[in-house]
Amino acid sequence: MRLEYKVEGGDFTQAGYASSQIKKTLKQLGVDPSVVKRVVVALYEAEVNIVAHAFRGVITAEIESKGIKLTLDDEGPGIPDVNLAMTKGFSTASPEVREMGFGAGMGLPNISENADSLSIETEVGKGTTLTIVINF
Amino acid sequence: MLIKDICSLVNGEVACGESRLHDSVEFAFASDLMSDVLTIKRDHFLLITGLANIQSIRTAEMSDAPYILLCRGKQVSDEMLELAEEGNIVIIKSQYSMFRCAGLLFEAGLKPVY
Repeated sequence: MRLEYKVEGGDFTQAGYASSQIKKTLKQLGVDPSVVKRVVVALYEAEVNIVAHAFRGVITAEIESKGIKLTLDDEGPGIPDVNLAMTKGFSTASPEVREMGFGAGMGLPNISENADSLSIETEVGKGTTLTIVINF
Repeated sequence: MLIKDICSLVNGEVACGESRLHDSVEFAFASDLMSDVLTIKRDHFLLITGLANIQSIRTAEMSDAPYILLCRGKQVSDEMLELAEEGNIVIIKSQYSMFRCAGLLFEAGLKPVY
């Protein structure tokens, strides 16, 4: 099964919609609730990152019997230093993002902790693609 | 602890989720930082927060935390209500501060996540 959602940068009212829809699908498919939670926490953090930092993006979820592959492809500023971005507490978030309860430099580390594998491809000035795999 | 008892202890008002007032919850976590809430491995806990926006509801949904206690008289928007109702999430509003709410509930036996 393949699901696709568009995400608009700066639209905090819609941030989490894709994660919510994918959560419902995984529950309907009878995936273990503890695995569903890992998927949606990683996905929601990544979705909020697109809204917070990028102009727009596309989330693709490929669901198979053995697991889920999430691809979050955004057009945005990219990440100049991925190692620094992965450091707990490091953040470039705006005050608006912080008012939403995010931007404390916990997102990428939390995504990594919940994922079985995480890869980040990024180009400054163009965008970032996150690929998250979680096994069922 | 029953949700209705939590509501009484904090002199709260139920904004939505009246049908779940007889649910029971054992643990609570207090934070305005949603990324911190998202690090909690446990599910089925009470989220005590002063953050009144749509992301606090989304975070509760993603965290499988079906009960929110909103402190300091923060207002619940129509969008928040709609999303909470869709997710079957209870919202209790209290005029008390987050510190006071957490203290009262801890004293009454609600357990901390950490």
